[in-house]
Amino acid sequence: MTTDAPATPSPDPDGIHHLRLYVAGQSPKSVRAVENLRRVCEEHLPGRYEIELIDLLENPHLARSDEIIAVPTLIRKLPEPLRRIIGDLSDTEKVLLGLQLTKDRVDP
Amino acid sequence: MGSPGAPEFRSAQPHVTREGDSVTSSNDRPNATPTAGPGITKTPTGIKGFDELTGGGLPQGRPTLVTGGAGSGKTLFGLEFLVRGAQDFDEPGVLLSFEESGPDLADNAASLGFDLPALETEGRLVVDAMQIDPSEIINTGDFDLDGLFIRLAAAVQQVGAKRVVLDTIEVLFAALDNDAIVRAELTRLLRWLKSQGLTTVITGERGREGQLTRFGIEEYVTDCVVVLDHRVRDELATRRLRIMKYRGSSHGTNEYPFLIRDRGLMVWPLTQVTLTYGASDERVSLGVPRLDEMLGGGVYRGSTVLISGTAGTGKTTLAAQAVEAACARGEKALFVSFEESPAQIMRNMRSVGIDLRRWVDAGLLRLWGERATAFGLEAHLDGLDQLLEDVEPSVVVLDAIGSLSSIGGSAQVTSMMARELDLLKSRGITAVLTSLIHEGEPESSSAAVSSLIDTWVLLRNTESDGERNRLLFVIKSRGTAHSNQVREFRMSDGGIKLLDVLVGPRGILTGSARARQLAETEAAEAERSAGLEQRQRAYEGHAAVVEAEIALLRERLATQRAELDGLATETLRGDTARIAVSASVASQREPARPPASSGENEQGA
Repeated sequence: MTTDAPATPSPDPDGIHHLRLYVAGQSPKSVRAVENLRRVCEEHLPGRYEIELIDLLENPHLARSDEIIAVPTLIRKLPEPLRRIIGDLSDTEKVLLGLQLTKDRVDP
Repeated sequence: MGSPGAPEFRSAQPHVTREGDSVTSSNDRPNATPTAGPGITKTPTGIKGFDELTGGGLPQGRPTLVTGGAGSGKTLFGLEFLVRGAQDFDEPGVLLSFEESGPDLADNAASLGFDLPALETEGRLVVDAMQIDPSEIINTGDFDLDGLFIRLAAAVQQVGAKRVVLDTIEVLFAALDNDAIVRAELTRLLRWLKSQGLTTVITGERGREGQLTRFGIEEYVTDCVVVLDHRVRDELATRRLRIMKYRGSSHGTNEYPFLIRDRGLMVWPLTQVTLTYGASDERVSLGVPRLDEMLGGGVYRGSTVLISGTAGTGKTTLAAQAVEAACARGEKALFVSFEESPAQIMRNMRSVGIDLRRWVDAGLLRLWGERATAFGLEAHLDGLDQLLEDVEPSVVVLDAIGSLSSIGGSAQVTSMMARELDLLKSRGITAVLTSLIHEGEPESSSAAVSSLIDTWVLLRNTESDGERNRLLFVIKSRGTAHSNQVREFRMSDGGIKLLDVLVGPRGILTGSARARQLAETEAAEAERSAGLEQRQRAYEGHAAVVEAEIALLRERLATQRAELDGLATETLRGDTARIAVSASVASQREPARPPASSGENEQGA
């Protein structure tokens, strides 16, 4: 939900990352996932990300439309292709791998 | 590890602690299943044969595992369970599919004649195909399956579902890359399904080396386990179903053949449907009066008649005669031939004076020809079942059952015959089977099915004097004082005739030996009758002479009598004259001596 103009040469020239995080209520997992996601984004996508947070307990029908089974699930809507990451995002390396923000590209 | 995520989900679902409720409440419901234990209520699957096998279906409000290898029919089992529930039992359902897409499922269901989209539109079914691509999923830490739970709960609520199918939930193990979480979540899922009183079918892929499922999910499903199997033996594919476990209920333990047909699955139980059919006292004719006579007036309606004999003994003709008789009574008949085409049967039977065409034209008779080897045993059974439904016959001929042995081992064929005969008996159909016995084989070669047979007619060729003739025996006929006599069996252009056998000095006589014996008997008879005539004439001649003599003697006697009579008359006349004289003398003396009493009267006069 934060947008910004690119200041430094970006690892991804396409710019903005549109991310959607599905959680179920305020469980510890959900809270952790939100915290972890913000941390990763600030670190690796400063100013180039947009997070949409969806609570399935409030919008159960959205679970079906985005093929959600596990919770939390992070979906990268943009840039294409769509990526799907499950879990509380505590394994940063895997999160970066999933978002195709691997270290060698961020920190050459 | 999934438990921390659970409370939120549970709070969304008010009935968490209802586990076991479905069992206790089931006691209040009428228990229509005879073999069910106390407390177990069953939900009919609507799968033909399966509900009979299990005494009512699957355990209500509980999960059942259906496991089998690839292509064994697990998904179709689940599909039919849902569709029948929605269509026939007013129990809406939810299908969660982890393997196939919605359109693929609809196509699969259409192959069984089920219209999934229509049921969805009517609000009796929800199909939620979960697309999981393991290569797309990256696991970054702790998670739970609340997404799945929420989708399932929403779908159940949407249609008021009573049935749920999870096909195949094992996909989650591979896709989510964390067995511990998936197992914990699976336990939670099953507990929730039970608490909601949902009758659930969970499919599983058969694992290696005797493992029931690849990921051991049978540990979680403890109430009922059904194993499906698809095997190829002697180039023939057969499907088998086995109920491995059914807690709290008796069930069949055998492997039962089942079939995937264009109108649903079908299981063939052997032991469950037998020996419950009624018994008719009505006799029906087999179309040969003398044979009916031997059987005490025909066979019982709904009984099974086996006609066995070596090649060319007239089995088919005798069977056709029974069909002819049924049609002549106005009943419907079905003639299934594994050896001849309908046209060939009609031509051949016409040559012995049995006109089957007119019954076909009148819509009373269906002739059906198929090579036994064209299908497997189960497909054959199913074909017969379909024909019975279409034709609704009262008499069925299967010609010849021996042909079936070419499509399976003898034990298989025997058990299939038993099923086939059960099928016929349960419908009250009189069945006429023919069976070929090979030359030199003992009569008992048909014994594999003979115990299933009520009436057994044996045809046999006898060879003598350079010709073959046919004999007919009634080997057994249950419930009938049947004849112990052998009859000679003749086919003419006027149909079948049975003749009493002649017993000559060298045993029974048939054919030309019979003719010769008959001629000899006739000659002897003629001879005897010629002698008789002669003696008759002699007697008559003698009688004439005697008669003449008698007449003469009678005449003589009459003459003598006449003479005697004449003499007697003359003597009488003389006497009378004398009496008259003496009387007149007496009257002259009268006044001199009157009787004492009457003297006064005379005086008074």
